[in-house]
Order: sequence, then C-alpha cells, then structure tokens
Amino acid sequence: MLDALLTLIIVLLKIVALLVPLMVAVAYLTFAERKIIGFIQGRMGPLHVGPRGWLQPIADAVKLIFKEIIIPSGANRFLFLLAPMLAMGPSIAAWAVMPLGENLYITDINAGLLYVLAVTSLSVYGIIIAGWASNSKYAFLGALRSAAQVVSYEIAMGFALVGVLLAAGSMNLREIVLAQQGSLLHWFWLPLLPLFVVYFISGLAETNRAPFDLAEGESEIVAGFHVEYSGMSFGVFFLAEYANMILISMLTALMFLGGWLSPFQGIPLLESLFGWVPGLVWLLLKTSFFLLLFLWVRATFPRYRYDQLMRLGWKILIPITIVWLLVVGAAVVGGLGPWFDRV
Amino acid sequence: MSALGRFFKGLFLLELLRGLRLTGRYLLDRKVTVIYPEEKTPQSPRFRGLHAQRRYPNGEERCIACKLCEAVCPAMAITIEAAPREDGSRRTSRYEIDLTKCIFCGFCEESCPVDAIVETRVFEYFGEKRGDLVKGKEELLSIGDRLEAQIAADREQDAPYR
Repeated sequence: MLDALLTLIIVLLKIVALLVPLMVAVAYLTFAERKIIGFIQGRMGPLHVGPRGWLQPIADAVKLIFKEIIIPSGANRFLFLLAPMLAMGPSIAAWAVMPLGENLYITDINAGLLYVLAVTSLSVYGIIIAGWASNSKYAFLGALRSAAQVVSYEIAMGFALVGVLLAAGSMNLREIVLAQQGSLLHWFWLPLLPLFVVYFISGLAETNRAPFDLAEGESEIVAGFHVEYSGMSFGVFFLAEYANMILISMLTALMFLGGWLSPFQGIPLLESLFGWVPGLVWLLLKTSFFLLLFLWVRATFPRYRYDQLMRLGWKILIPITIVWLLVVGAAVVGGLGPWFDRV
Repeated sequence: MSALGRFFKGLFLLELLRGLRLTGRYLLDRKVTVIYPEEKTPQSPRFRGLHAQRRYPNGEERCIACKLCEAVCPAMAITIEAAPREDGSRRTSRYEIDLTKCIFCGFCEESCPVDAIVETRVFEYFGEKRGDLVKGKEELLSIGDRLEAQIAADREQDAPYR
C-alpha cells in the first residue's frame, strides 16, 4: 500500500517536472514566434514588457486568465467547454513516452511510437467538437476543413513513421534513438531523407500551422474553429497548438536527428571535447531547430488553397512515402551499411 | 521549362528553399523599427504641425487680418473676424483654427504676407474635451511665444528656397 503510494507520488513529481518546463516553453515559444516573425518582417517584436520584452508571454497569460469566458447562447455548453480540454489532453498525454535522455522519461513502453501516433490523432476531436458545439458557421467550416486535413495527413505521417520503425526495428522511442548511434551520418535523416521531409510537412499540417492553417484561415472564416472562444478557453486551444508544435519538433528530432545523441559522435577529437554536454542539451537544441523552422515557414509561405492541400497530401506525400518504404524495406533486407548492417 | 524539369523542381522544394533563404536573410538583417516615444525620426525644418501666431521682436502681433489664410484654407478650418484696435490699426478680434478640420497643407503659412500664421514642428498635442482642438487667438499667440526660437530658426533655414 505504502509502496504504491510512493510510486504514485514519484510519478506525479515526474509529471510536474515535465509539465512545468513544458508550459514555460510554450509561453516562450509564443514570444519566440512574435520575435522571429517580427525580425523577418524587419520589425523588433515585443519590446516593452519587462527587459527587452521578456515578460510579454507572462502578461499575455495573465490577460487571458482574467478575461471573461463567453459561451454563445446557441452553443452546446457541455461540449463547448469540453472541446479545449480534448484538444489539450492528447498533446500533453503524448509526452508520457517521450524519452528526453537515455534514462530520462516518465514511462518507457514498448509501442511508444504507436502510442504517440494514436494519442496525437485524438486531438482533432477537440477541434471538431469545438467547431460543432460553437453553433457558428465559421467555426463549423473550420472544423470540417481541419478534420479532412488532419485525416489526410495522418496517413502520410503514419507511413513516414512506418519507415522509421522499419529502419530501427523497434517501436520503442528510446530504442529508435539508440539504433541511430554511430555518427551524424548514422542518424536516420540520411537514409530516410524523403520520409523526414514528408514527416515534417505533415507535422505542419497536423498542428494546423501555416501554410496549412486553413482551419483558422483568418481571411475567409475569421478564426475558424475557435472563433467563438474567449479568455482561457481560447488560451487552452492556444496552449494545445504550441504544445503540439513542440511535440512534433521533438519527435522529429528523436526519430530523424538522433535525439539526445551528440552530433560529434564518431569524430575523434570533437567527441571527447564535447563529451561533457548532457544529451538533453543536444535534444533541446535539435528541437529548437525544428521550432525555428516552424516559425520561419510561417513567416515565409502563403496559405495553401484547400484543393492544393488535398492534392499535396494524397497525390504527392503519400506516394513518396510508399515508394520510399519499398526502398527502405529493400535496404533493410539487403543490410545496406552503415545503417542497416548491424543485426 | 519542360514538364519533367518542373516536376523535379517542385519535388525537391527548390523554390520553397529559395523563399526560406530570402526570409532568412531578412531575419538577420538590420531592423528598421523606430521605438517611437523613446526614439524619434528626424524632422524637416518644413514640418507642418501645430499652428502658431508670431509677433515682431517688439512684441507687436504680426497678423493684420487680411484674411488671405481664411480664403485659401481648403478645409475652411480658419475663422477670422476683424475690427480696428484702439490705436486705429486693423487687427483680428477673433482668429480661430479648428485643428479637427485642418489638413495641415501649409497654404495658410504660404499665403500670409507678414509671416504671422506658421506651422510648427509640434505634432504631439491633444484635447481633453470637445472644443479643445479649436485654437483661439490667445492660444496661438502663446504657442508662438513659446516656440519662437525654433520657428525663427526653421524660417531662416528655409529662406533661400522661398
């Protein structure tokens, strides 16, 4: 009994230790987004709250918390309030299996990859329910778009992940990273380059980020599925979107860029020189790189048209992944070095 | 370009990468923001802001109530009433500029034969209640008294071009 209680407390502490930095990261990701998009547009971004604007996300959060949550009279109250939680839940739950280092994780389950894929797919329910419960035509259109988009891109994403698990021979995220050991060239980005690109593009679409943000296309459907939300109920959607971005970035880093492995592995002098850097730092650096890419892409490309979006998903990304799956399968069977010759 | 060439160009995201390179260059470029209340952009001596009425160095007001500015004002923001003063000279008994009508074209300043009505560099002013932005004669004169040094320096600098 006492043992069980102790385990529970330890697990809870682990969750808090993961979630608090995650929420801070989400807050500062919004800050980074405003800064980087500002820089790209020749502006300076937020500057006035705190030293050089560093307290801006805190001020934003306080503002959101104190704003009134308005529930439209035609809305379904229960579902309207449930939807943000449904959007937020999965993007947090997926963190349970993320290995942040060789021995740094909350749980280490065998089918981690499958779990992540399953749980992240659930977040679309939050969007659909939000769109439906709002009882507003814009929200409904946004939800429909989002549902079709996420379902289409899930396939390309799933296939890309199949490639990863073929290459690694495991669905355990920790083992996938360990399978990439060796050097920079042993990481899966090289043998799985097309899948890597496809995964990142579908990641953009999965998180409803530009240029795939049709679900909230301001110019035609105002704000899409969250048009009726205000205050913290909107804030939760916002948090979920950014938590999802971090999740996708970290997954990309884990599966294609060798997770916490040092990029100097296998290089005689540099390896020992950088040996003291903890793996977590490498993982966070790689994750930040993809987050930067998310923001950079948003500041660069215009939004896709809906039929183009569907064409890209079904006619381009899915065929590419299928072809490359065959290539990877052949390479694994043939034991092509230096990636697949271990066994 | 052949269809095949276009296909490969699209497949390898070449144009998207070029776009990213361009925005990446802007990311690292110098920023053009002027952080307004702390920093200000340089002003021309011909800047047209808040109006003022000037005096001669002996303290006599310049305006002779010729009403040229009232006539030229395209926004009809100026209202003038004239009357003889005790010493018999022709002066304005009422001189009002409605800043909510004014379009800051500078015609009043150009038309003035005695350089009485001028536009200053001041562009940060406000009114707290209705009517505050209709500036009367006394107020215009006091603005002129306050800013005379700057006004005179600006006219001096612009004189060769007038």
